[in-house]
Amino acid sequence: MPDLQVVATPSVENEGKYFRRFTPAQRYMHAVLFSTFLGLAGTGLPLRFSQSLWARKFAGGVGGFGAILFFHKFCAIILTLAFLVHVKDIVQRGILNREKGIFWGSTSMVANWKDAKDLFGHMRWFVGLGPRPQFGRYAYWEKFDYWAVFWGMIVIGFSGYAMWFAPFFAHFLPGWALNAVLVIHSEEGLLAILFIFSIHFVNTHLRPDSFPMDMVIFTGVESEEEFKEKRPLEYARLVEEGKLEERIGEKPAAWQLNFSRVIGFTAISIGLILLVLTLSAYFRE
Amino acid sequence: MKIVFSIRLALFVCALLIGASAGLAQSNSDCLACHSDASMQNASGHSISVNEHKFGSSIHGVLGCKNCHTDIKGYPHPDKIAPVKCAACHADQAQGLAASVHSDGAEHPCTSCHGDAHSIYPKSDPRSTVYPLNVPKTCSACHSTDGMAKKHGLDSVYPSYIDSIHGFALSKEGLLVAANCQSCHGSHKILSRKNPESPTNKANVPATCGKCHAGITENYLGGVHGKAVAAGNMKAPVCSDCHTAHAIEQPTADAFRMRSTPICGSCHTDKFSTYRDTFHSQLGALGGYVETARCWDCHGAHDVLPASDPRSPVNEANLIATCGKCHAGANASFVKYQPHANARNRKLNPALYYIRLFMNLLLASVLTFFVIHTALWLIRSRYDQIKRKAAEGGKNA
Repeated sequence: MPDLQVVATPSVENEGKYFRRFTPAQRYMHAVLFSTFLGLAGTGLPLRFSQSLWARKFAGGVGGFGAILFFHKFCAIILTLAFLVHVKDIVQRGILNREKGIFWGSTSMVANWKDAKDLFGHMRWFVGLGPRPQFGRYAYWEKFDYWAVFWGMIVIGFSGYAMWFAPFFAHFLPGWALNAVLVIHSEEGLLAILFIFSIHFVNTHLRPDSFPMDMVIFTGVESEEEFKEKRPLEYARLVEEGKLEERIGEKPAAWQLNFSRVIGFTAISIGLILLVLTLSAYFRE
Repeated sequence: MKIVFSIRLALFVCALLIGASAGLAQSNSDCLACHSDASMQNASGHSISVNEHKFGSSIHGVLGCKNCHTDIKGYPHPDKIAPVKCAACHADQAQGLAASVHSDGAEHPCTSCHGDAHSIYPKSDPRSTVYPLNVPKTCSACHSTDGMAKKHGLDSVYPSYIDSIHGFALSKEGLLVAANCQSCHGSHKILSRKNPESPTNKANVPATCGKCHAGITENYLGGVHGKAVAAGNMKAPVCSDCHTAHAIEQPTADAFRMRSTPICGSCHTDKFSTYRDTFHSQLGALGGYVETARCWDCHGAHDVLPASDPRSPVNEANLIATCGKCHAGANASFVKYQPHANARNRKLNPALYYIRLFMNLLLASVLTFFVIHTALWLIRSRYDQIKRKAAEGGKNA
């Protein structure tokens, strides 16, 4: 009996060297982030569009709002903890350990002048007016994703807790703020959902260079070819500093790729379904 | 009992007098000589047999056959005899019936409701078709899905009624005081609710329900809705607008809580739309969480009063207590929350208006920019990819 080949892996992934881009901690952080985000979006949208038939059917299916509220708060707590772990991590590495490259430099998430130039250069390239910019470790859209999520978590988190513990927050917030937090929570949540499920999905996963999914956030490694193509400056820097060898990682195993694909496609599919429902409900309002 | 007895006595005397004056008196037994045959039928196949025992125990048992069948003078009598005129004795009831919605045809002679003419019992007798516990069944002969409801385009009300709190009290508990059909509609002179004289006419509904629900009706009449209806404003709700007429649900039941807000919202459209923007509504609309505030949780149900009235639960002085019913720890700042804030109204809620405007602009600008950015990127990347593949001699990716 011939061996069954379950998944035909593209030949590129089987050749050459692989380089580490994300640490296991970063990958787990992303996993916690997207699973709680899907949970929050899935339970928040039926609330935001509570007059929609699908919202009512869905809520009824999972046990009414009592269940929805429970899952929403559950995911919120996990996400809050993840956020606090991340902040603690930054403080420890950037301030206490004085690690370089956290707040500035080519490995930092903080935007710099080059990012502004890259944005304009990239857009000139889109319309054929210039060469494609060379990107470093984090490109401008990746930094935007990061800060959008960072700002979003503060805004949505704060407004969410203000609603959850309204009588407590009323001790130091004016009365009208209790009205405002719902508007802020729902609009910012909507922005986050629309942004992640359309822009982030396409920018990171669905664009032709990465289609159908960028596996690097799941496996932690990318091929040398992909590394050079997507982040030439980072590659050049590591070569120059003689640190390239430190980054060599193992080729992801077949089970790792398959597992990542199942998880990733599930997340993307849920996201796209929610996106369609959101848009249909939004424009029907 | 005394009254019934004296009526019976009067009828008996009456019957004796009529009998005596008829000269050639025929006794009931003469008639029963033939009509006691249970299989006796007339030419058109209707039973014309009379059960002597049943008739004897009925309210008309003291009467002679001839008292009602006045055109029968002797034996043999003609094949065709005149229909009995109940009105000869029951003039008031006949007058009422003639003015009622049931006046219109042969479908509604007295026997439709009172049953077999030879076994009519007083309405206090459990054997009577109009005994309180039997009334709904009697009316349902027509007013149910299978009856004339379809024929006359009337709602089939019996199923709603029998499952209502009134119907349960009557059918399950056998409660004589439970409202049956005629408690609200009357009996002989049943009028369309469009008729101002009808007890089910909108203006008369509070008084009709108030016959039993006196305390709540008093509360209602003191509230804005009761006063409006009393002043002739028929847009204001009466009992049946919220509770419905026949299906009457427990107001504390989930189903009623889910349905109640749109009922108020059908008039208070602006308040309904702002309520819908709030967490109370968003939570409540999804079901399974019926505890969230509905209109009457805050405003009261029967004695709704303007917020300016110190007795109103939404009067500023009472807000901490009212909100505190659900929100433990509600304080003076907490109750400044506006359950009907309108983020679309700059004059009423400026802070909220500008926050919403800012959030919408943020949403629109971020998405617009990135949709254009990413769409162009997609096109450019795909274009490059096709060119590259073509250069490599392959087909399009």
